[in-house]
Amino acid sequence: MPANRFNGYTDYGVGIGLRIPHYNHILEKKPVVDWFEIISENFMIDGGRPLRVLDQILDQYRVVQHGVSMYFGSAQPLNREHLRRLKTLTKRTKTPWLTDHLCWGSVDGKYSHDLLPMPYTFEAARKTAQNIREVRDFLEIPIAVENVSSYAEFHVSEMTEWEFLNEVVERADCGMLLDVNNIYVSSQNHNFDPFDYVNSVDPERVAQIHIAGHSKFEKYILDTHDHPVLDPVWNLYARAIERAGPTATLLEWDDHIPSFDEVHQEALKAKKFIKNKAEEKPVNGNGLGRPYAHPDPPYAAEKARV
Amino acid sequence: MDLAEIQKVMLGVIQQPLTPSEGMRKRTLDGRPVKKIVDQVIKPNDRLTSFERLEIYNRVYWFRLLSSFMEDFSGLRAILGHRAFEKLATAYLYELPSESFTLRNLGSRLEAWLRKNPKYTPKTPRLALDMARLEWADIDVFDQGELPKLGPGDLSTLGEDPVFHFQPYIRLLDLAYPVDDLLLEIRRHEEAQENDIASNVVVERTHEPQGKRWSVPKREKVLLAVHRQNGEDIFFKRLEPEAFALLRALLRGKPLSQAIEESVNWTQGKIEDITGQLHEWFANWSSLGWFCKPPAE
Repeated sequence: MPANRFNGYTDYGVGIGLRIPHYNHILEKKPVVDWFEIISENFMIDGGRPLRVLDQILDQYRVVQHGVSMYFGSAQPLNREHLRRLKTLTKRTKTPWLTDHLCWGSVDGKYSHDLLPMPYTFEAARKTAQNIREVRDFLEIPIAVENVSSYAEFHVSEMTEWEFLNEVVERADCGMLLDVNNIYVSSQNHNFDPFDYVNSVDPERVAQIHIAGHSKFEKYILDTHDHPVLDPVWNLYARAIERAGPTATLLEWDDHIPSFDEVHQEALKAKKFIKNKAEEKPVNGNGLGRPYAHPDPPYAAEKARV
Repeated sequence: MDLAEIQKVMLGVIQQPLTPSEGMRKRTLDGRPVKKIVDQVIKPNDRLTSFERLEIYNRVYWFRLLSSFMEDFSGLRAILGHRAFEKLATAYLYELPSESFTLRNLGSRLEAWLRKNPKYTPKTPRLALDMARLEWADIDVFDQGELPKLGPGDLSTLGEDPVFHFQPYIRLLDLAYPVDDLLLEIRRHEEAQENDIASNVVVERTHEPQGKRWSVPKREKVLLAVHRQNGEDIFFKRLEPEAFALLRALLRGKPLSQAIEESVNWTQGKIEDITGQLHEWFANWSSLGWFCKPPAE
């Protein structure tokens, strides 16, 4: 299902994040790219270079907005000024859908600038869904929520993360941005099988997929977006594509950013999976690592390498 | 514990300053035991205690904010040295946590805070203050909007004692040190590292070297306009005292006659000296596109 109501019935292919070190290359060389994802907050401003560059990008490319501070999961009311600025930007970019995270990050107007994990409770699911509905009503475009990487769990949780995600998107009737790297990172940090996660989400609600690299530490894994995508993540991606169908996919690379061509080539590896799915070929033997079938306990395998 | 309580408790701990060895504090600054607070909320796993799990967020919070603040105020850091700058930054960000959805505004209250807290800049309080003001003006001007410029045909509509409207990207600074030259020199010495202002990336901290020690420049009164050209290039333009005073009054919305009077009073100059240069100043400011059309009724 390449197009659905959660991504504005679009079929966008494989994109990359628009990042400052690549501005000159993109504007001068005009490389062929299916689409760019922008961080909304970087452009929720009144003028200057960022908006000038964005306008030039919009002249030639399709752009989708991705936010990092809407904080759908906040127990407190949404920031109305944030929403107003975001709506102004959506009118500029004409983003067919908009994404932000299933998380919280501020209390009493004080911001953490982080994507903090949710307690997986029914109360939290109700409140988060209500916030998502409010945002969608205000912005008047489809919304998809992204699962985050997490490093902590709560005593009060009443369900698994994927059950919580399903609960929220069903209550809000919104889409999901499935970040398979985040699923992998959290699976290692919380000892669950990432394939249980991918196999449990409603594939008809997947509007977009994120892929990225991460970093291993002695006792946990951090979502650093500063490496190529690792094989276990490609395996999860293959499974996600198998379930959801060819879906708009975005490679995130936000730190130690290499050349534009290197980032783009890494992203384009995703096309093989999409093509295989479209032609219904098996995913094995593509040179991208293990097949999606997941024979080993993931945590045990990774722990051995740490 | 409901959702609101969990979030309040968790953020309260995450925003506690780190220990000197960059770990989470055992007690909050007001003396409460952190382990006891965290154990009530966060579940341990087979590798990390509840304390250690929340410590990841505590560290990332400070690494991200300090890194962003350091990028915004590299001139202030160069003046103070890395250690003193980090002490200042931690105190400022703890006392005034971000109230904006964007890291861009981290330094918006630094000038006022420095005026109240000179103990963080004991050797060079005024130099540090001037540098902080200049660096914040630079950030603030960078992404302000641009309004339609005032054209020659619009001049006739302004009346006999006109009130002028200016582009939002002009800031005037009355400085005691030539921090404009110093900042440009510091920047020339620093490798430009461009990163996105906002990102959802969780980062590990890079430890900054002490860097070059900068000598304190001689005191010199500098009257500066920080402004933008070509939509994106930021300039530091020095102004004569009379022009500065006139422009400052005009930016406050004073009619031309009152602005001239203020300029005379502020500079203790002669009115002829000001009126004699008006044409030249206005021609220059107009060529820079500083004047814009009055807002629609």
